[in-house]
Amino acid sequence: MTATPAMSPQPPAATTATFQLDGREVPFNEGQTIIQAALAAGRYIPHLCYHPEFKPHGSCKLCTVKVNGRPAASCTLPAQAGLVVESDTEELNGLRRTLVQMLFAEGNHFCPSCEKSGNCTLQALGYDLGVMTAGFRHFFPDRPVDASHPDILLDFNRCILCELCVRASCEVDGKCVFALSGRGQTKHLVVNAASGRLADTDADLADKAMEVCPVGVIIKKRVGFAQPIGQRRYDARPISAQALEDAPRPGAGSPGCAACEEGG
Amino acid sequence: MPFDLETAPNPDNLKRVAIDPISRVEGHGKVTLLLDEDDRVQQARLHIVEFRGFEKFIQGRPYWEVPVMVQRLCGICPVSHHLAAAKAMDQIVGARQLTPTAERLRRLMHYGQILQSHALHFFHLSSPDLLFGFDSEVAKRNIVGVAAAYPDIARQGVLLRKFGQEVIRVTAGKRVHGTSAVPGGVNKALSIEERDGLLKDIYTIIGWSRDAVALARRLFEQHLDSYNAFGRFEAHSLGLIRADGAMDLYHGGLRARDKDGRTLFDHVDYHHYWDYLQEDVKPWSYMKFPFLRQLGPEQGWYRVGPLTRVGQCDFIPTPLADKARQEFLAFDAGRPAGSTLGYHWARMIEMLHSAEMIKELLHDPDSLGTDLMTQGERAERGVGMIEAPRGTLIHHYKVNEDDLVVRANLIVSTTHNNQAMNEAIRQVARQYLDGRKLTEGLLNHIEVAVRAFDPCLSCATHALGKMPLQLELMDASGGLLDRLQRDTDGQCTSPDA
Repeated sequence: MTATPAMSPQPPAATTATFQLDGREVPFNEGQTIIQAALAAGRYIPHLCYHPEFKPHGSCKLCTVKVNGRPAASCTLPAQAGLVVESDTEELNGLRRTLVQMLFAEGNHFCPSCEKSGNCTLQALGYDLGVMTAGFRHFFPDRPVDASHPDILLDFNRCILCELCVRASCEVDGKCVFALSGRGQTKHLVVNAASGRLADTDADLADKAMEVCPVGVIIKKRVGFAQPIGQRRYDARPISAQALEDAPRPGAGSPGCAACEEGG
Repeated sequence: MPFDLETAPNPDNLKRVAIDPISRVEGHGKVTLLLDEDDRVQQARLHIVEFRGFEKFIQGRPYWEVPVMVQRLCGICPVSHHLAAAKAMDQIVGARQLTPTAERLRRLMHYGQILQSHALHFFHLSSPDLLFGFDSEVAKRNIVGVAAAYPDIARQGVLLRKFGQEVIRVTAGKRVHGTSAVPGGVNKALSIEERDGLLKDIYTIIGWSRDAVALARRLFEQHLDSYNAFGRFEAHSLGLIRADGAMDLYHGGLRARDKDGRTLFDHVDYHHYWDYLQEDVKPWSYMKFPFLRQLGPEQGWYRVGPLTRVGQCDFIPTPLADKARQEFLAFDAGRPAGSTLGYHWARMIEMLHSAEMIKELLHDPDSLGTDLMTQGERAERGVGMIEAPRGTLIHHYKVNEDDLVVRANLIVSTTHNNQAMNEAIRQVARQYLDGRKLTEGLLNHIEVAVRAFDPCLSCATHALGKMPLQLELMDASGGLLDRLQRDTDGQCTSPDA
């Protein structure tokens, strides 16, 4: 099952209007956001919580660009003719680097032993943005894993609060297994069961929510590290190249997410 | 009861000399000596001062993550931990017998590991002492100095290590900290191109390994009496052995012999190692002290590693290494085979054996297979044992029904050799330091003894909560205001109360 894209690509014939991205024209269709039009045109804007199959979320702020000189989330801002958009600048990439560093400092991200290594969006962004250290003092939060479900492990240590699982579970699976709870620093992922255990929810391995996690929170049990080094999603090329390949193209058929379908 | 020189009877009035850190040793080791007024050694201890704690923080993690996580114990021999953990987890997933391809690829990875680690140990870390002399000029006593004075030896050492790393890369996915050994098999097949890339160099590698054995022998011939006597002590021995008595560094049963060569036990199934081995804790070290249960903590300590393995196997199943073994055991009436510096010679014999094994495995058609995984009936407990470069390595895990590790016990090679290394430095202290004015060159003799066993100490420290600590609150002028002491049971008390 795949989600209905929030804004389906229009036929190529409708593409007439353009906006400017880093000095080059990008064509767009009515209803496309800046990031959708950019990715469809083969132009990369870093992002984490944006997913082609779900409504824009605007929470991670990685895709922040400057539109006519003012910051805006490119995943939520509709494209308009004549906009002047800056993205690949030292200032914006520096801010993105800091955002990624904060995510690394906030959770417990031990890439060396994480089975998502090589397939992880956060790690890939860290590499692509040149993150060399966390840059901040680590929080080292105490977040026990939930291994109660027979087929699925939840490792909350790696959660970046993108709500992709929340969106997938509600919008596609119709189950609403996941939600965020708490405020500010205490905000965290919870599951919809009085016991707080995944085993007591309707979660199933076949759910869409099980395949959208961009980091290593939602894990299929007992198959970790089955993929050898060299064949992982981001082994061959950086996320800036891989994301363009994944982006829906006008008239390209299914707008499904390649990363999800690979089970990465 | 402490061993001789372990604890001085009246430490208060003794001079303290610390070798800290021990150089050309990975991890943070420290040796402390207490000397009396006449510079006689009253106490000598090898401390491993960093704390790793993997046994504790692996608890609560999913079992399939363990082989990848625990290899971070070490950057020199991560493959050993990767494989020992995978062997333990094979039992958890019920993989009693791996597919022929998976077993060969794991072995190939392991022999690549032994080769690169032994090359690093001998050439990079120990050859400066052996080629220049233990108290030679300190500025030149390093691998750069070796490269200047003996360029061929240094080059071969570097390239031998590089080849071993390459074997690891094609089998594990990376030169250091790969991921291919997974519970039930391996995740990566060997391609024909990868195999041919290694075959191209293997005969050169075997040739250089023979040269290395010859070099180790030559060094012994040149310094026969001093090498035979250096840090010498009698000890029991322990290691894995193949069912037919052959050396097997990947799998086997446990064999232990006493210091006179009599068999204590043989071909023991290591899955019940605790019936034969026990660990002791001492208040001054994070590292545990294992001993043979039947002999007790005072008499039951033993040696592991190359010297033991070459000495107690019935034969080595590759021709060149077996010939080298026989020559080693026959040389000078077998005295080097019982000496601390004999470790280096035995190490080079094992490096030759590893090179020969790599050649055999590369020619084995099963190494190119694609049937990589197997599984069976789930188990709660897994024990993996392997002969790591420095000696016998034990990984033991208990996994609950939710797939999480609830208990882990690691007994690493360095830990097995803990008492033996302490014995070696005490011998050297008696032989070379007693009553003499200490110099850097003399103190390096202590380090030479440690390096003969192990250039890598950090993997061995997991005795969480056992290390006694003393917290002192001082005033601005350095006067003591208060003290808090934690003893070996983890109890905190105020010694002044």
